[in-house]
Amino acid sequence: MKNVGNHNSISRIVLLSLAFMLTFTASSYSQDDAAAGKALFNANCAACHKLDAKMTGPALRNISERHSNDWLKSWVKNSQAMVKSGDAAAVKLFEENNKAIMPSYPQFSDADIDNILAYTSEPLPVATAPEVGAGSQAGASSDSGISNVVILGALALVMGILVIMLFLVSSVLNKIAKANGMEVLAKEKTLPIWKAYAKNQFLVLVTAIFLLLSGAWVVYGFLMQVGVDQDYAPLQPIHYSHKIHAGENGIDCKYCHSSARTSKHSGIPSLNVCMNCHKSVSEFSGDKDSTYVEYTKEFYTAEIQKLYDAVGWDKEKQMYTGKTKPVKWVRIHNLPDHVYFNHSQHVTVGGIECQKCHGPVEGYEIMKQFAPLTMGWCINCHRETNVKMEGNAYYENIHAELAKKYGKDKLTAAEMGGIECGKCHY
Amino acid sequence: MSSNKKYWKSVEELNENSSIVETLRNNEFVEAIPTDEFLGDESTLAASSTTRRDFLKYVGFSTAAASLVACEGPVIKSIPYVVQPEQIIPGVADYYATSMFDGFDFANLLVKTREGRPIKIENNTLEGAQYAANARVHASILSLYDSMRLKEPKMQGKNASWSTVNTKVKESLAEAKAEGKQVVLLTNTLASPSTEKLVGEFIASNPTAKHVIYDAVSSSAALDAFQTAYGERGLVDYDFSKAETIVGIGADFLGDWQGGSYDSGYAKGRVPKNGKMSKHFQFESNMTLAGAAADKRVAMTVAQQKMALVHMYNVISGGNVAIALDKQFEAEVSKAAQQLKASGSKGLLVSGIEDKNAQLLVLAINSALNSEAFIGAGIRQIRKGSNEMMTQFLADLNAGAVHTVIISGVNPAYSLPNAKSFADGLKKAKLSVSVSLKEDETALASTIALGTTHYLESWNDLALVKGSYALTQPTINPLFKQTKQLQEILLEWTGNKTSYYDYLKSNSAMYTVGSSWNKVVHDGVIAGMGAQVTTASADFGSAASALSQSAAKVAMELVLYTKTGLGDGQQANNPWLQEFPDPITRVSWDNYLTISKADAESSQLGLVNYNVANGGLNGSYVTLTVDGMKLENVPVIIQPGQAVGTVGLAFGYGKKAALKEEMQVGVNAYGLYKNFNNVQSVTIEKTAGDHEFACVQLQKTLMGRGDIIKETTLEIFNTKDAKDWNLQPMVSLDHNPVKAVEVDLWTSFDSSVGHHFNLSVDLNACTGCGACVIACHAENNVPVVGKSEIRRSRDMHWLRIDRYYSSETTFEGDNKKKDDFDGLFGDKGSLGGFGEMEHASDNPQVAFQPVMCQHCNHAPCETVCPVAATSHSRQGQNHMAYNRCVGTRYCANNCPYKVRRFNWFLYNKNNEFDYHMNDDLGRMVLNPDVNVRSRGVMEKCSMCIQMTQSTILAAKREGRMIKDGEFQTACSAACSSGAMVFGDVNDKESKVAKLLEDDRMYHLLEHVGTKPNVQYHVKVRNT
Repeated sequence: MKNVGNHNSISRIVLLSLAFMLTFTASSYSQDDAAAGKALFNANCAACHKLDAKMTGPALRNISERHSNDWLKSWVKNSQAMVKSGDAAAVKLFEENNKAIMPSYPQFSDADIDNILAYTSEPLPVATAPEVGAGSQAGASSDSGISNVVILGALALVMGILVIMLFLVSSVLNKIAKANGMEVLAKEKTLPIWKAYAKNQFLVLVTAIFLLLSGAWVVYGFLMQVGVDQDYAPLQPIHYSHKIHAGENGIDCKYCHSSARTSKHSGIPSLNVCMNCHKSVSEFSGDKDSTYVEYTKEFYTAEIQKLYDAVGWDKEKQMYTGKTKPVKWVRIHNLPDHVYFNHSQHVTVGGIECQKCHGPVEGYEIMKQFAPLTMGWCINCHRETNVKMEGNAYYENIHAELAKKYGKDKLTAAEMGGIECGKCHY
Repeated sequence: MSSNKKYWKSVEELNENSSIVETLRNNEFVEAIPTDEFLGDESTLAASSTTRRDFLKYVGFSTAAASLVACEGPVIKSIPYVVQPEQIIPGVADYYATSMFDGFDFANLLVKTREGRPIKIENNTLEGAQYAANARVHASILSLYDSMRLKEPKMQGKNASWSTVNTKVKESLAEAKAEGKQVVLLTNTLASPSTEKLVGEFIASNPTAKHVIYDAVSSSAALDAFQTAYGERGLVDYDFSKAETIVGIGADFLGDWQGGSYDSGYAKGRVPKNGKMSKHFQFESNMTLAGAAADKRVAMTVAQQKMALVHMYNVISGGNVAIALDKQFEAEVSKAAQQLKASGSKGLLVSGIEDKNAQLLVLAINSALNSEAFIGAGIRQIRKGSNEMMTQFLADLNAGAVHTVIISGVNPAYSLPNAKSFADGLKKAKLSVSVSLKEDETALASTIALGTTHYLESWNDLALVKGSYALTQPTINPLFKQTKQLQEILLEWTGNKTSYYDYLKSNSAMYTVGSSWNKVVHDGVIAGMGAQVTTASADFGSAASALSQSAAKVAMELVLYTKTGLGDGQQANNPWLQEFPDPITRVSWDNYLTISKADAESSQLGLVNYNVANGGLNGSYVTLTVDGMKLENVPVIIQPGQAVGTVGLAFGYGKKAALKEEMQVGVNAYGLYKNFNNVQSVTIEKTAGDHEFACVQLQKTLMGRGDIIKETTLEIFNTKDAKDWNLQPMVSLDHNPVKAVEVDLWTSFDSSVGHHFNLSVDLNACTGCGACVIACHAENNVPVVGKSEIRRSRDMHWLRIDRYYSSETTFEGDNKKKDDFDGLFGDKGSLGGFGEMEHASDNPQVAFQPVMCQHCNHAPCETVCPVAATSHSRQGQNHMAYNRCVGTRYCANNCPYKVRRFNWFLYNKNNEFDYHMNDDLGRMVLNPDVNVRSRGVMEKCSMCIQMTQSTILAAKREGRMIKDGEFQTACSAACSSGAMVFGDVNDKESKVAKLLEDDRMYHLLEHVGTKPNVQYHVKVRNT
């Protein structure tokens, strides 16, 4: 392991220095310019352009080699004017990109544009890092695994040796005794322990009761978990990481699960919702050292590709093909048919955090069922949770009357009638 | 001490040497068990690779494996949209306004859709939406999901492509044009401006073409009379709410007379307000809904009805036509005529006599009265069919003079009296095309059968009343891709490349002036009406004398009618409608001959109805003969109130094609519909055997139990205190009489906080139309159980409409008779007396009473449930947790109202119950917010808790109070007569809270002390 790591770091240094030298030979831009340009690029251009891949607009790496600086400046400031004026290159570019109109940026100074061009002219970094990351990570994880196994194994070995040694010592002692002519006393015949136990009726009774009770407890426990799928985490057709989306990127739950606000279903987002972002995010560009990355970059990018296949998005041409393959997600939270549950009641009216029932989803790499979803679990919450009544005109009278009836200001869902059978079963 | 007695089983044993005894002693079985036959076949046994032990191992293993697998939950897939349509949020219902007309029924509707599939019909309540849905329209949503629909074009019974069919038809049309041969487009009444324009264009491009309009159940006489008086074909859209005296002569205007939908206007005048309500006389032969609602009903033959009508004409228009009215009717008819005349412009006379002269007299009388309900009324365009044109077409067809026939929306091969000769005639045409929802009799007889779309899948416009405009919009894409609506087909055949949507949209511009297309699509209707009925003028005098002379007396009149359930029979494959009990006879799954008791028991016939041990009703069979046409094995129902000398039979049954086997019930009355006349001279012959009916009500009368249906007269209602006519049951407490409702064994639930729901049923406004029953079916996933289960009283309807006859002429007479009972025996003895009261009077008073779970505040069912599956809520609803129910049925036994329903079987996905819940298509109608119950579970009306909860949730989400009228149940929303009102009685300003305080309010079986949350309102009759 170490050797491989060394080798890689050496090659990286070589490559990096090579790249560093190239930067100085091929470009007249300074590092500072490029940094300023990167900031401008991310703020203004990244929605439609990438450096190395075509998006809504073309890839911009080394764009200054394809067009003159002056041409580029006037294009950025007002592209449509150039198309209309009949500039051959401009018209061609416009046609090539599905006639997508690039917004004008008259606010950019020439220096700004120069900075952006400096950024776009940076050479392609050498893509060796991910393998290193993956390798070292795998190594690290297996290291910790091995260490545990090794310790346990060593302990077992020591115990084994001890047992053997004891056996040997005893046999040696026996031999010595024999050699010395000493009689090893035969054991006095006593009642075997199991017979003694069987004779003691009290003990038998206690054990029987204990066994019966524990048996019943085991059977009860088994029966009670039938149909309870807590921690159910099935494999999904597309590996979707809530950890990356809701956790790292902080996307609000209800951005994707929008119908939770108005409907009984939280809704599995339709694929067009995914494409709101994934039209631009076509590959995983997460930081390899971050804690939220559990798989390789290629793995995640391939999963994004699965989304594209399903929704019928041609990444190269940046357009929909019309060939869709709806995704068959495996449903995780399955309430029985005889239960009516309404998300909007809890999310919009009650103002309950999604995490209360679904757990720390923003930390889940693989989604799982957090709560048992049993009736006891529901009822318990209805007994403990105060209904959010303030500011809701519906509750005004009801709150006043109930507060009088129960003599307190805060009222639980149960006191509202939230544990009546028919409220959920119809 | 042991006995030495010897017992023997047979005398043979006395004979000691008997070989038989010896054999029997040695052999357990008299005959040898044929083990050899099985085990002797060694070759088979040897060839089998499975030994007995192996077999047992397999059984054991598979049992164990199955039980293990059952512990593991199934993997459920969820497939979201790829691109979610903006307007659809899974779990939230969308509503679309539309209007429907199928040639028989019509209504302005709101269609509830969930995840893109329509699941329920509701009434459009916007201004301009005039017609509410009846039971059949409510059920039409299930006909959309009919698995027997015609799914693709067929040519000579084989599947064909649309292009082949189009080429073939176009060739035929061109040929007819070239040769100058006749082309006939036979349709139902269209009532659609754009379709009519399109038909005009079709005829323009095929000059030899003719458009023949055919109504299966003809209203031709009224149309002809209207044409004579006003020069156009139409029917009067009477406004019954403006009439104070209503005289109906053979017109079931609460049923399907001239299209029906008069009940909401009628009911408005029937609820006593300021001491006044309308007075309704009904002269009729069959017992109808209108007759049941009447203050005074006189049963008479149609011939006598004609005389009565002429008499009215004499009195009101001052004519002097000689009549031959029977003595017994003179007083009643004169009284009605006088009262009608006295009412003047507040009077209204309607008649269903299928005779042009009679219909002219109706126009004459209403014009003479200057009736407000008539003058200024709209002109209905929902019937246009002409008997004359149809007869001409049939003659042409049989003569081979028709080259190409295109049939749409009608099924003449079923609904013509001489259906067979029509089918034969169709073969004489070069090409016959049937555009139909089903592969029905006509489609089978035609060369080409084309599947069309349901109205819930189509675009169209409607002018139900002249000058009005409504749009039909699709609520779902066509379920079957190879179906097209008639208009699309006609556009194709006229060589027009536009789609019907564009055609409709451009054509609608002239109707949507002052509005916009989008608004009309959204609203479904345009408020405001154009043409109105004016005073009629024609030669009424000669019409009166002609009518008087035409009224020839016949031995037995057969009066053909349409039933509330099936109507003209278009939806015969609809299990909801088949299982819908007729409001009058309470019989489902059948049509039958209704006959008066006197006629049935006459010496020649001797027809009987009797109940068998399990409660099922049996009836005799008869054979009917009308002018040589025979209808065999017609079951008989003895109908109280049927006029002596008449019998009734309903259309719409006896269909065979495109029907599931279970729905092929009844006899085809169209076979006797000679000359499109609903009155025929008939001879009746008894035939052998008894018919098994599925009747849901065993008791016909109330037996004088006036506290179930409380009734009083307008006079008493106006002059006396409520305690005199709305009697409160009293009990003795500490030897003092106190009101029963004040005595309580239980502590009450506190319902003062939040909502407390009540449902109010006004017996005065209820016409028994049954729209609520079907709406409940649709909303609550109520299963259909089939004829044989219904016969066993295992019907599942959560809401039933009890119908009671009086055993004396009035219910009041019943009560008096019961109160006068004295002792057990003798003239006034209760033993014989109650026996007599079991029988309905010959012309009884009728009352309807919708009964659903009463949601008792002290519910007897709740206290006996061993598993607490049924429990009370503070909102007043009695809850039922199906999954908790173990099916002991204690609750049903302890329910005084008998409203609990038990699932004796699994009614979904079960081939034994092959109705809509047994096919994938039919299950699409299920409401996803309501459980589908399983076998062994008790169920009942939940007061539509899913609807009240969703109303509450919507208000909570929007942070507002709930307005009165927002809370609805399926039944109250479907009730167009205003009989059912639902709401929150804790909202003191609500309608239902005021109804609770009303003098007429009472609870069912008040003395039981159940304190129900369903109120009834005393029925007041204006006698």
